[in-house]
Amino acid sequence: MLDFLRRVISLWRKELLAILKDPANRVILVVPSLVESFLFGYAATYDLNNVPYALLDQSRGATSAELVARLDGTGVFRRVATLETPGEIAKIIDSGKALMVIHIGPRFEHRLTGGDQAAVQLILDGRNSNTAGTAISYVATVIEDFNAALRSGSGPPLTVESRAWYNPNLETRWFLLPGLIASLSMIQTLMLAALSVARERENGTFDQLLVTPFSPTEILIGKAVPITLIGLMQSTIVLLVAVLWFQIPLAGSLLTLYAGLILFIIASVGLGLAISAVSINMQQAMLYTFMLVMPLILLSGLTTPVRNMPQFLQTASLVNPLRFAIDLLQRVYLEGATLRMVSYDLVPLLIMSVITLPLAGWLFRHRL
Amino acid sequence: MIDRSSEVASKHVGVKRSKGFWKRVMSLTRKEFRQLLRDKSNLAVGIVLPMVLILIFGYGLSLDVTDAPIAVVLEDPSPIAAEVVSGLELSTYLSPVVVSSMHDGRRLMLARRVDGILRIPNDFSRRLAAGDAQVQLLVHGTEASRAIIIRAYVNGAIRQWTQRTADREGVVGKPKAGSVTLVERMWFNSANNSTWYIVPGVIVLIMTLVGAFLTSMVMAREWERGTLEALFVSPVRPTEILLAKIIPYFLVGMVGLGMCLLAARLLFQVPMFGSFLILLACSMIYMLVALGLGLVISSVMKNQFLASQVALLTSFMPALMLSGFLFDLRNVPTAIYMIGQLLPATYFMELIRTLFLAGNVWPLIFKNTAILVGYAILLLGLARFVTRKKLD
Repeated sequence: MLDFLRRVISLWRKELLAILKDPANRVILVVPSLVESFLFGYAATYDLNNVPYALLDQSRGATSAELVARLDGTGVFRRVATLETPGEIAKIIDSGKALMVIHIGPRFEHRLTGGDQAAVQLILDGRNSNTAGTAISYVATVIEDFNAALRSGSGPPLTVESRAWYNPNLETRWFLLPGLIASLSMIQTLMLAALSVARERENGTFDQLLVTPFSPTEILIGKAVPITLIGLMQSTIVLLVAVLWFQIPLAGSLLTLYAGLILFIIASVGLGLAISAVSINMQQAMLYTFMLVMPLILLSGLTTPVRNMPQFLQTASLVNPLRFAIDLLQRVYLEGATLRMVSYDLVPLLIMSVITLPLAGWLFRHRL
Repeated sequence: MIDRSSEVASKHVGVKRSKGFWKRVMSLTRKEFRQLLRDKSNLAVGIVLPMVLILIFGYGLSLDVTDAPIAVVLEDPSPIAAEVVSGLELSTYLSPVVVSSMHDGRRLMLARRVDGILRIPNDFSRRLAAGDAQVQLLVHGTEASRAIIIRAYVNGAIRQWTQRTADREGVVGKPKAGSVTLVERMWFNSANNSTWYIVPGVIVLIMTLVGAFLTSMVMAREWERGTLEALFVSPVRPTEILLAKIIPYFLVGMVGLGMCLLAARLLFQVPMFGSFLILLACSMIYMLVALGLGLVISSVMKNQFLASQVALLTSFMPALMLSGFLFDLRNVPTAIYMIGQLLPATYFMELIRTLFLAGNVWPLIFKNTAILVGYAILLLGLARFVTRKKLD
């Protein structure tokens, strides 16, 4: 037992040294997680806070001016142009200068005072239909409020008081960053694990390793643990950025969070080592990893919810460790879920680690 | 006489040099092709992965919300409260489930079985008569974007109900007032279908992938194994080596592009309003940009692991997150916006979406193509500059 430990520890030292001795490696293992958590934390937003619009007001009345003033008052809409004729609409939308044009017809005022319905036309650039759809709902809200004020002179008779659980201001960032804790470290741990054996094989040192007193299990543990540690370090960097910089309150316990993370990283390392065992050289290992990473990330719910996917892709995502890790992290981080509440995620992760690591070990032995 | 003969001689040498140039490029290209075809993993990334990606993106990535389950806690048994619920049922986006108590609602929400709870309090009908009724909406905020959409739908459904009732009954004691209706027209994507804007974006991602990622690795491998140094002692010049690397991967990228275009048109029925030829030309230019980026990265890094990581982190991830592919750049902080503006992918994204969905908008085409050509020249020039016949 003591011998076992001594051998494994010396292998860990060697592996960590091999990874960390290169200064460029040290940089590439730390800087990207740091930079990307900042960049994506700021970039990832589906919220609208800057909608450039153009106004075509043919009625030029007090009411239309009031309606536009209400729009401007939201702070979301920014007028970039005032148009004179409908002919100008196409140009400003096509060029992308304005996301939408608000067209108020000449009879607007007249119809309103006559007690009729007066239409406001909204022309939107649907090239990003998500943004356009959100903009419609913002304008609709302003108009409904305006109607209510017209009707009664005071507030609307029925109001909706809404509140959001777990993410009071409904910021996309809160949703994304917990997911990044797992995704960013997965990209590199998978790659490191996939390269570790492939590199030794390419250099011929793997054969040397096999004739040493190390048992295949020891080699496996020796390879897996250092990479797991590096993955944990990267996750910690992202976690720190989320908590300290973006000030997203951590609702759950760190212990639960790390329990899930460790299982997840072990499962990814196992996956990486299995790839490593079946690849002939580093390039193959890397390309296979990459082919795996892309679908894993896209079908994990990191950017778009798993529930929006068609059924067969949802079923396919059941073998994706990242899917469970992201769900777990979001639940623990935002919702404060306990270990028992996230067992739905923990069990699959556990099963995956239990399958992938021995599989990698088996592949080591059966493929020389 | 002497002048003339030397002129002829130099002309002759010029012809010979250019002949040798093409011969060398052709033979090197042939070698690269063989290498590419020999290792199946290259072709897998170049051709299978694009196919998988476009299917996943096209089918899997959707931001559209339909039939979002909402628990309705009906504490007021009056018919008017039930009418509000039926107002919600009219919406195709929501599917209300009536539960008996707030407790049940909370339970469903905790289990993530519903996206929100709408509570209609027991004093609802009484307060509605007084004109200050309130309903409470709780949304599950973890998936913020979904929650925002759901909140807007519920608000809209309730406002519409209010307006319908008001129009029907009129407000007592007041003259009939007009109201403003919103008529919206979404140009370029009248169906409001997120597949239409995601699929053209995928083309950008795939070309970035093949160009920058694949090429950087292939070139870095030659540096790492020293085979590039072996090439340096041969008569081939760096430009020729680069050309021989660019040609096969350019073709792989074009195959990927062709498959994406077919999938976009046939599988996802994304309309194409712009000119196909312009789209093809722009894609070729962008392919050169991506190849240039990959070559620069590999020549600087000279190591497969580092090159692949740098290529991933400087080209693919930003193209996914910062180019306006999913997240609209208009809404991000200025600093991030500036970074997005530095990426060639941002310009190609705008270009390809416009060509697919809007048509030939010439000012946009000229601007973005000019920028892409600039990047192509810059990056390929840089690649030529860093690939010199020099040993470390």
